[in-house]
Amino acid sequence: MSDERTYSILEARGLSAGYGSGDAIRNVNMHFYDKRITAIIGPSGCGKSTLIRCLNRMHEEIPGTQVRGVVALSERNIFHMDPVRLRRQVGMVFQRPNPFPTMSIFRNVAAGLILNGLRGERSLAEVVETSLRQAALFDEVKDKLDQPALNLSGGQQQRLCIARALAVEPKVLLLDEPCSALDPIATAKIEELLLQLKDQLTIVMVTHNMQQAARVSDWTGFMLMGELVEFGRTDEIFTTPRDPRTQDYITGRFG
Amino acid sequence: MTDARLRRRKIVNGLMFSLTAACTIACLAVLFVILGYIVYHGAAALDWSFLTRLPKPVGEPGGGIANAMVGSAKIVALAAVLGVPVGVLGAVYLHEFGHNRIGFVIRYAADLLNGMPSIVIGVFAYGLIVLPMKRFSALAGSAALAVIMIPIVLRSTEEFLRLVPASLREAGLALGVPRWKVILLVVIPSAWGGILTGILLAVSRIAGESAPLIFTAFGNRFWDNGWLNPMSALPLTIYTYAISPYEDWHRQAWAAAMVLVLVVLAGNVLARLLMRGGRGASNA
Ligand SMILES: Nc1ncnc2c1ncn2[C@@H]1O[C@H](COP(=O)(O)OP(=O)(O)OP(=O)(O)O)[C@@H](O)[C@H]1O
Ligand SMILES: [Mg+2]
Repeated sequence: MSDERTYSILEARGLSAGYGSGDAIRNVNMHFYDKRITAIIGPSGCGKSTLIRCLNRMHEEIPGTQVRGVVALSERNIFHMDPVRLRRQVGMVFQRPNPFPTMSIFRNVAAGLILNGLRGERSLAEVVETSLRQAALFDEVKDKLDQPALNLSGGQQQRLCIARALAVEPKVLLLDEPCSALDPIATAKIEELLLQLKDQLTIVMVTHNMQQAARVSDWTGFMLMGELVEFGRTDEIFTTPRDPRTQDYITGRFG
Repeated sequence: MTDARLRRRKIVNGLMFSLTAACTIACLAVLFVILGYIVYHGAAALDWSFLTRLPKPVGEPGGGIANAMVGSAKIVALAAVLGVPVGVLGAVYLHEFGHNRIGFVIRYAADLLNGMPSIVIGVFAYGLIVLPMKRFSALAGSAALAVIMIPIVLRSTEEFLRLVPASLREAGLALGVPRWKVILLVVIPSAWGGILTGILLAVSRIAGESAPLIFTAFGNRFWDNGWLNPMSALPLTIYTYAISPYEDWHRQAWAAAMVLVLVVLAGNVLARLLMRGGRGASNA
């Protein structure tokens, strides 16, 4: 099972992870294809967040976590990489919008570059504008770039967080339920934006919302109680799942 | 429910309410009696020349507390310079790496130090700085006050760092920003209002300490001769004047007490305002 027009940029091999007592995910094998959107679905507590956090080692921020197995980014084991460098290539957007409260909109987007002291060819203003445009937010905020980021609505804040993640030009963007705190209109905007971003980077998204997974993703992984039950093309998962448990979940029989 | 029971409940309720209200009033009353008493006695001796003049030689009436005010400011400022970085950085350490036994021990030690009588800390500074240097000095006084300040700043700073949501730190780390930069440029600025409030409260606390200064800064009736010499301070002046046999000095002790209380009160109010300002800014 592979995508013939692209390649696997990120891969989990025999990945298990837990919080001290037992494993929260067990032996996950999964490919994330370049410039594709992969959705991870499954009932609450099945380990979706644990899995996605392992992909850029954000799980290490929770004391007591342990991991076995390999996550490879372009064939390099990320657990042997410097986490700081890894996270510049594999960015993350969280469930709740978390803009920096002490910074303006502009500085929030530029934060990754300012805090890292990174100055490329392009000026900060250019990077901020490009990132905000990519996040479909520029037109809404272009006149108030120096206002505090917390003045924005929840949906705008989430797009700001996406812009902030994009500004450091990651290869992979991880999103853990990015729309669960948002209303349907804001959700639709983010979905549209993800579809546009697909040209430039690889997206991995956790979602509770099966319609959302079906609408935006190319590949879908279904998790249950810490295991990856089924992984395949989104249309196949939703039309002809091979595992009866997947069938039950997507037809709403449990979860 | 029977009427009798209901009535009994109402009575008990009324009693308890009066009791708690009475205790609250007693608390506040003590504060206002002290303030009123100090103002009553102090205001009489307080005028511009009292604030701007040096003390007169013993026996001569009049004179002021200018040197004590400047001395207090200098001693407290140096104490803050010594104590604040230790307290704040120590709190950062505790917050970041203190989720283990070491952290527990440090917190416990800080709380013990916080409960240590200030005169003990004065003796400590006396033994460690005054005796080896063979001189009373403002430096020794500042060191003693810094020791008092450190646990207060440490604990309050850690509390405010704790209030910074983990999601902010995660946001920074997920951008590929090294941990130390996230702490310095994201976490601390978000908690800055609270941290500053804690610092100000600690400063107003040490500004009123007299015991640790008695055998360190010692006191001085003239302008000071630098950090390595005895220096005057408001609490010392109050102490010396209050236990003296002279009526005029008693009067001046009251006035100096009033000045000290006003300064400390102003520090406290400023701290609260800052706190509100800080909260407001991070909510805006
Ligand atoms: N910080 C933690 N400490 C201990 N156990 C945790 C922690 N976080 C998650 N777990 C456990 O790990 C398992 C997987 O949790 P995880 O957060 O990955 O689930 P999830 O699929 O993201 O759920 P949700 O859809 O509710 O976000 C759960 O059983 C949970 O109880
Ligand atoms: Mg989750």
